[in-house]
Amino acid sequence: MSMSMVTGNSYLESLLQGQPQLPPSPLAWFNRLRASAVDRAGMLKVPTTRDEEWRFTDISPLAKLSFHPVRTVPSLQKEDIARFYVEGTSATLVFVDGIYMPELSVQSNRTADLIVTNLSAALATHAHAMEPHLGRHAAFQDNLFAALNTAFLHDGALIIAPRNTAIERPVHVLFIATQAESTSHPRCLLIAEPGSAVTVVEDYVTLQEGPYITNAVTEIAIGDNAQVSHTRLQRDSGQAFHMANSAVSLARASRYRSISVAFGARISRYDLNARLAAEGAECSVDGLALINERQLADTHTCIDHASPDGTSRQLHKCIIDGAAHGVFNGKIIVRPGAQRTDSSQSSRNLLLSARAHIDTKPQLEIFADDVKCAHGATVGQLDNEELFYLKSRGLSEVAARNLLTYAFGAEIIDRIPIASLKRRLEQTVLEQTQRN
Amino acid sequence: MIYPDSKVLLEVRGLRATVNGIEILKGIDLTVRSGEVHAIMGTNGSGKSTFAKVLAGHSAYQVTGGSVLFEGKNLFDLDPAERARAGVFLAFQYPIEIPGVANSHFLRLAYNTVQAQRGKDELDPLEFEDFVREKMKLLEMSPDFLDRGVNEGFSGGEKKRNEILQMALLEPRLAILDETDSGLDIDALRIVTNGVNRLANRDNATILVTHYQRMLNYIVPDFVHVMQSGRIIRTGGKDLAFDLEAHGYDGIGNAQPVAAGA
Repeated sequence: MSMSMVTGNSYLESLLQGQPQLPPSPLAWFNRLRASAVDRAGMLKVPTTRDEEWRFTDISPLAKLSFHPVRTVPSLQKEDIARFYVEGTSATLVFVDGIYMPELSVQSNRTADLIVTNLSAALATHAHAMEPHLGRHAAFQDNLFAALNTAFLHDGALIIAPRNTAIERPVHVLFIATQAESTSHPRCLLIAEPGSAVTVVEDYVTLQEGPYITNAVTEIAIGDNAQVSHTRLQRDSGQAFHMANSAVSLARASRYRSISVAFGARISRYDLNARLAAEGAECSVDGLALINERQLADTHTCIDHASPDGTSRQLHKCIIDGAAHGVFNGKIIVRPGAQRTDSSQSSRNLLLSARAHIDTKPQLEIFADDVKCAHGATVGQLDNEELFYLKSRGLSEVAARNLLTYAFGAEIIDRIPIASLKRRLEQTVLEQTQRN
Repeated sequence: MIYPDSKVLLEVRGLRATVNGIEILKGIDLTVRSGEVHAIMGTNGSGKSTFAKVLAGHSAYQVTGGSVLFEGKNLFDLDPAERARAGVFLAFQYPIEIPGVANSHFLRLAYNTVQAQRGKDELDPLEFEDFVREKMKLLEMSPDFLDRGVNEGFSGGEKKRNEILQMALLEPRLAILDETDSGLDIDALRIVTNGVNRLANRDNATILVTHYQRMLNYIVPDFVHVMQSGRIIRTGGKDLAFDLEAHGYDGIGNAQPVAAGA
């Protein structure tokens, strides 16, 4: 692991500067994984708007800034981050600028069989369970950001829900950014063993408003008949760059419920790939982006029906104000043999200003003949009849607009399975939509 | 009910209005005093619903002539929200569904906005819950309707009851009920009209806009006005509605207009 693979790109250079510091692991497979990611990261180019998958998302501002990897983190007390804790979790893992903070984490409510730990510690104890999954779901051959994350892989969150066990309380993984011009590569691995059920909240927050890069990868392996609920919140600083890849693999008759909410970041890009690998799997993939000013939020999802009798449901919403730009690309693949697939996708977008902009693109690739696939996209403004109705009851123009905007977003927030978190986010949406 | 010496609430003179450049209202005159119940009847397209929406301030309609005074003030100086806070209420023919906004939240917002305007105390969610539940009894509504989205998935009758519930909460000076009887079965019609009757007093007034005489069996009007082609062509007492029922709109179509409220 040397600097030799660094390309001429200053952004990549600055990112890869941290690489030689990573100590080799005693595990050969882990070292190989990281080495091959370093190789790929050196070969891949920063995507531009000439790449089809990045047509609408110009990340060139990223290359202009200089970022450094984090070496030290400020000392924080639980009180400093009290507002980010979710009550009633079975465990909370806290990472500050990508570095695991055991003293800020909470393990006390964990039931004995549930494994919630940091990844580097788990390499000594759970390597056998991790090896088939780590780096196997989130492909980095053609994905620079996943490759970079994997090249820097040394810690992260590991959650293993044990076989035939329903974990009642959610697991909260909290990533806190505290330093401007820093880069972190958060990593999560969630393994839901057959017959298990678990709820996980993956949460990105900030204590400062400067620019930084979050480059996250999450892998979720769901066993036969297992159920995973995955809520992902991106509340990064308005100057931040948030790049993220999630890869989910669903085994037979398993279920995956995903809700991703993006409020923050100057530029964010979230790729979610869910593969229904065996028959009878079900997923629902919902999302909300609420952006303003010059923010850009890009969500790319791919739901891959690779086996028969799968079901997928998707509702993605964007609320775009100011000169912000939303992007949604929803790909649904139904592979040959994935008969009796039942899939529906809806992209609904609310533009609140004349300069707000949305690019939404459903992309259906269907290679089986006995399938039901529905999709639709709407782009609109607030409905005049709804506004008039509210105003005719005494609500001012502004109050009526705010209420309708809130309602549009609340449909997604409502689906979050944790009441206290839902209430808090509803409050955030209310505040963000309540202008003057 | 007609009370001697009651105040004029609404004074409409020569009101003209267009939608998309087409003139719908062609000179309406109407005087409504407090305590009174007026029925405006007419065929589809006669302009009666347009009249209701113009009074409430719907932006799709352009007022091109005439004047409307509400309690002596120019109604057109007020935007729709200000009219509502001043005491004008329109019960919609087709109440709007707003998924994502809990009915209780919407009702409380509207109530508190109007209370604040009147210099009265606003209610917090718990206080409001008790208050609104009492009002719901008047309309035989289940408290379940509080937790649902505004009118979301409500049947036609449930939507109309929710409209009258809003009227009960906001206590308007002038309530305009636009085809509130449409789509109601007999039981719902009885409940809704009973609610309206209970809310009527000598300080407020009601304008019923309706196609059919049916509702007037439950809410007895002091005046019946017949609208045709954007004008009030005839005004009479409650018996005029029976004439209409017996002879149809064509049967009275050529009669001379009579000044409203005379």
